[in-house]
Amino acid sequence: MKSGSNLERLLENGEFVITGELGPPKGPDAEVVKEKAAMLKGNVDAVNITDNQTAIVRMSSIATSKILIDEGLEPTMQMVARDRNRLAMMSDLFGASAFGIKNMLCLSGDHQRFGNHPEAKNVFDIDSIQMIHMVKTMRDEHKIICGEEIEGDFKMFIGAACNPFADPFHYRVHRLAKKVEAGVDFIQTQCIYDMKRFKEFMKQVVDMGLHERCKILAGVTPLKSVGMARYMAANVSGIIIPEEIIERLKGAGKGNVASEGIGIACEQIGELREIEGIAGIHLMAIEWEHKVPEIVKMAGLLPRPTLSG
Amino acid sequence: MITAERKPFEEIKEYVRDYKNIMVLGCGTCVAVCQAGGEKEAEILASELRLTFGSQGKRVEVNEETVVRQCDDEFMADPAFLEKVKEADVIISIACGVGVQHACNFLNRAIEGKPIRVVPGLNTTFMGANIDLGLWEERCLGCGDCVLERTGGICPITRCAKSLLNGPCGGSSGGKCELSTDIDCAWHLIIERLETLGELERIRPVEMYRDWRPSHSGGPRKILREDLRL
Repeated sequence: MKSGSNLERLLENGEFVITGELGPPKGPDAEVVKEKAAMLKGNVDAVNITDNQTAIVRMSSIATSKILIDEGLEPTMQMVARDRNRLAMMSDLFGASAFGIKNMLCLSGDHQRFGNHPEAKNVFDIDSIQMIHMVKTMRDEHKIICGEEIEGDFKMFIGAACNPFADPFHYRVHRLAKKVEAGVDFIQTQCIYDMKRFKEFMKQVVDMGLHERCKILAGVTPLKSVGMARYMAANVSGIIIPEEIIERLKGAGKGNVASEGIGIACEQIGELREIEGIAGIHLMAIEWEHKVPEIVKMAGLLPRPTLSG
Repeated sequence: MITAERKPFEEIKEYVRDYKNIMVLGCGTCVAVCQAGGEKEAEILASELRLTFGSQGKRVEVNEETVVRQCDDEFMADPAFLEKVKEADVIISIACGVGVQHACNFLNRAIEGKPIRVVPGLNTTFMGANIDLGLWEERCLGCGDCVLERTGGICPITRCAKSLLNGPCGGSSGGKCELSTDIDCAWHLIIERLETLGELERIRPVEMYRDWRPSHSGGPRKILREDLRL
């Protein structure tokens, strides 16, 4: 076992996993985290804790992850290369491990220009692929980058992101291969709406055998409104929302758009489940955590499997 | 070359409002080529200051001079030039940041008995190239360990907003950076170039952690060439 986390053990057991996401509050209130955690508990196998997502200052992913552990959930701590150099990353990883955090996600991070401190200086000492290698070296060789031995045991299940909808499309599978080469254990993809392109991507993944070297979780984000769909399609780079999905939401009529969005998400989950190489779903219900139980139930993914020991 | 842009006039005017004798000092090399701080720009700035102070009824003398390079002692050692510097209460250097500092240092060594006040008239921007009429783009960060040989001659450290060595990130769309459709994705360009060269294999291996010591992260840098020393 790489970390012995619930997520790792379920994936190793061949279970079709589902991970959730929790955005920490823009302040120090632990109750906000606990309320969101309560909605996710029992409905997902692990919960991603974002790290100053879209470069907006929020409670740290490490502290929020600790609150989740105390609430009886399993966090996947996200870490971005934008805000920390290698020293800060490694010391935070020691701290995370000491808190019992067993999963992490290595990310480059959105540029600070998109956030609430666009005037900040960024770091980018190492990139997300180098971060994967760094964590793997810490775990498997018990060494930090400089070669010094780590005192004690360091365990971590190493994740990373993959966006099949960014360009150049034909190179995306090769970038995923680099993450696998660096030592990633699991991948969570950007949210998928363009199923045709995603299937094409997964065919390339399977042809290269990458699905046998890491576990791939398909990203799903339910659309709450036509406005949200249009906003994401226009403003979030690397997201493609086909017009037919937007038309379907519009066609649902007043008062029914949200449930149509949930219905679409459940259909997507069903379709993704059938794709070769997909080991689970990463459900990002952005500021819609209370809908997670309903979605997971509708998608036929309840109850969540439990493992003894 | 080093590119620069002139500071807003109001800011420059504020720097020198208390002085009676002002010298605008142009620099005839990089910043002259990018038309920010050469002889012509020195004349324009001096005229603007004369007109502004004149219209306010202030009795101020503004002169302009231009040397070939403010970053080189030999171009500032002319005795006639130094005499004029001595007369000035303040010098507005419209060189790059290197020129401003070097002029300040040199003039304070060359002229005894009077401290020379030098203020900047430009914001130094980057090392870049003139891409089109009136358009300059950044091309080099001077990181001290050039990677261009393996990236198809396109610098990811300078031209990728995140300086990624294993790009492109998930924000690359249609060949453009997530920051703006005005910015090309450096990694998209690298991939295209390497494909043209039949060398895409070169970026298959993971590019490992970089040693940033040769860059500014290692502290202010020096080049010492023993072969050129007497």
